[in-house]
Amino acid sequence: MTMLAFLSDFTIQNVMAGAALLGIVSGVLGSFAVLRKQSLLGDTLSHAALPGICIGFLIAGVRDLPVLLAGALVTGAVAALLMVALTRTTRLKTDAGLGIALSLSFAVGIVLLTHIQATGGAGHGGLESFLFGQAAAILRSDIYVMAAIGAVALALVMAFWKEFKLVSFDPDYARTLGLPVLALDVTITVTIALAVVIGLQMVGVVLMAAMVVAPAAAARQWSNRLGTMVALAALFGMASGLFGALVSATARGLSTGPLIVLAASAIVLVSLAIAPGRGMVWEWLQRLKDRRALPSRRVLSTLYRLAAEHGNPAYPAEQTMLDAYHGTSTARGLERLKARGLVARAAHAPEFTPHWVLTPSGITEAEALLGHPNEDENQ
Amino acid sequence: MSSNLHEPGLAVHCEDLTVSYAARPVLWDIDVDIPPGVMAAIVGPNGAGKSTLIKSILGLVRPTAGHITILGRPYKDQRRRVGYVPQRSSVDWDFPTTAIDVVMMGLYGQLGWFRRPGTKERQKASDALARVGMLDFADRQISQLSGGQQQRVFLARALVQDAEVYFLDEPMAGVDATTERAIVAILHALRDAGKTVIVVHHDLQTVRTYFDWMVILNVRVIAQGPVRDIYNADNLRRAYGGQVALLDRDKVLGETG
Ligand SMILES: Nc1ncnc2c1ncn2[C@@H]1O[C@H](COP(=O)(O)OP(=O)(O)OP(=O)(O)O)[C@@H](O)[C@H]1O
Ligand SMILES: [Mg+2]
Repeated sequence: MTMLAFLSDFTIQNVMAGAALLGIVSGVLGSFAVLRKQSLLGDTLSHAALPGICIGFLIAGVRDLPVLLAGALVTGAVAALLMVALTRTTRLKTDAGLGIALSLSFAVGIVLLTHIQATGGAGHGGLESFLFGQAAAILRSDIYVMAAIGAVALALVMAFWKEFKLVSFDPDYARTLGLPVLALDVTITVTIALAVVIGLQMVGVVLMAAMVVAPAAAARQWSNRLGTMVALAALFGMASGLFGALVSATARGLSTGPLIVLAASAIVLVSLAIAPGRGMVWEWLQRLKDRRALPSRRVLSTLYRLAAEHGNPAYPAEQTMLDAYHGTSTARGLERLKARGLVARAAHAPEFTPHWVLTPSGITEAEALLGHPNEDENQ
Repeated sequence: MSSNLHEPGLAVHCEDLTVSYAARPVLWDIDVDIPPGVMAAIVGPNGAGKSTLIKSILGLVRPTAGHITILGRPYKDQRRRVGYVPQRSSVDWDFPTTAIDVVMMGLYGQLGWFRRPGTKERQKASDALARVGMLDFADRQISQLSGGQQQRVFLARALVQDAEVYFLDEPMAGVDATTERAIVAILHALRDAGKTVIVVHHDLQTVRTYFDWMVILNVRVIAQGPVRDIYNADNLRRAYGGQVALLDRDKVLGETG
């Protein structure tokens, strides 16, 4: 099959469109879940979707996607609100509340699912495919349903961007400004539930939580702005979706959902390792650089203090004296400083041993090192 | 209109206020009155209910009993006239946002729904950052600011609200002497412009130099009024109990002791 024929295959188009959609929406909404320290919320919402899917099936009598997803949305929201009620009225912490809501609703879902399987015979509609997702079964009409839900979710984020941001960052302050914090909390939660619902058919209830957390966690590593983070999360989510769709289409016997989640997890691992500013490798390199710069910094500040003590900016310091003061050879540090033009060799008759003076730029550098203790407050 | 006003001559008026957490009263039947145009300190030991008092004035905590007015009306009618600087520890400083962005949040209430901050808001935020000496840090991510700098960003966010009554919860906690002087200078300028500034303050040694009004609190109001009238050993001992020995009487109380 040529690439073109491959891409124009109807089923593959469907799967790719669906995977990209679910990646984008879960990346955007996942960003808010992660920043609000509610990573477990995605887990709860997706597990709580299972009873909703079953109830939707029992009501509709057939596998009608809009009804199933509406059921998922309702039970997801109920579980999330149960969590809010538990944490507001008892001493439970949010994660415990989410955990309880999660296991309770998943248990109910499994009971309903086995009931449907046992009594429904051939007509049980293959609901178990919602556990781990089944991309190949996606129809064009399903894509339209997913796109409509995604459009609503993204529109809500756009419309309430600044309110979502403030409520996530500083809810108390938001309340003093008169924002309806509780209503906004509920809106954010429901919007996250919409994002979860989009992925149920393709990724399934068990793995969907990973799609809420992974793209957002990876994006956080690369950016210090909410807007950039959300855009990156959407991009990472979409890339994972397309990767999973393409690989599963080319290699037989690999299912799409788990591949999408694997791709997203790989992006997280890479981001944790190498992202500038936060990545582990980056930090390690920075520390190495710091450690190598430390001896020369010390020598520089010693030279500065000697010059200050003698009231002579061009005070020549003898190298052996510097060695003695630091208890180690300062030759390499001095050479490094010389290479950067911060110190210069000086002759100091009648002695012929090496002496060193600060250059004007060396003095500026030393003052920058010593001069701003405030800047170091947080170290 | 004026018939709805209750104690319009007072910046803050709390009457018979009781606040409890889980049935345990934290503030017990207190009356607090603060006149407009003063810089007032709220002092008291840890757990005295200082933050709780501010939070209940701002509607963040629901009182069990009593009522509160600001400039003669309940808080919900006066939001535009009130600025708030929360305790620094109350937010996640690792949130992906910049200093100027945080300052612009002070304008979200005035902006209303669906409108994004634009050039005008950015200009106001820059001016506020300049007033607290933080303009150079406008585009820094907030976790890369020192504690004192974070506190100044919070202050700028309240300044941009252009309020008449300001509430600050321990703005001087954990900042160095230079930053503290800068913050106090800004607060004095606000007071001199006729605003009311109400500060939860922990350092008894500086109360007399910084403030002209004070409320001594420990579950109940121990004393309130002009600093020169009520700053004395007796009142402080009643608020701090045995701890007053730790406060080094001579240094804190000076000749009034
Ligand atoms: N959310 C809460 N739930 C239960 N108890 C609380 C809560 N917040 C505060 N308290 C309790 O209320 C009392 C008063 O707390 P508050 O924070 O008002 O004290 P404070 O005077 O501000 O103290 P500090 O000087 O330590 O800031 C304390 O005993 C505290 O344990
Ligand atoms: Mg407090």
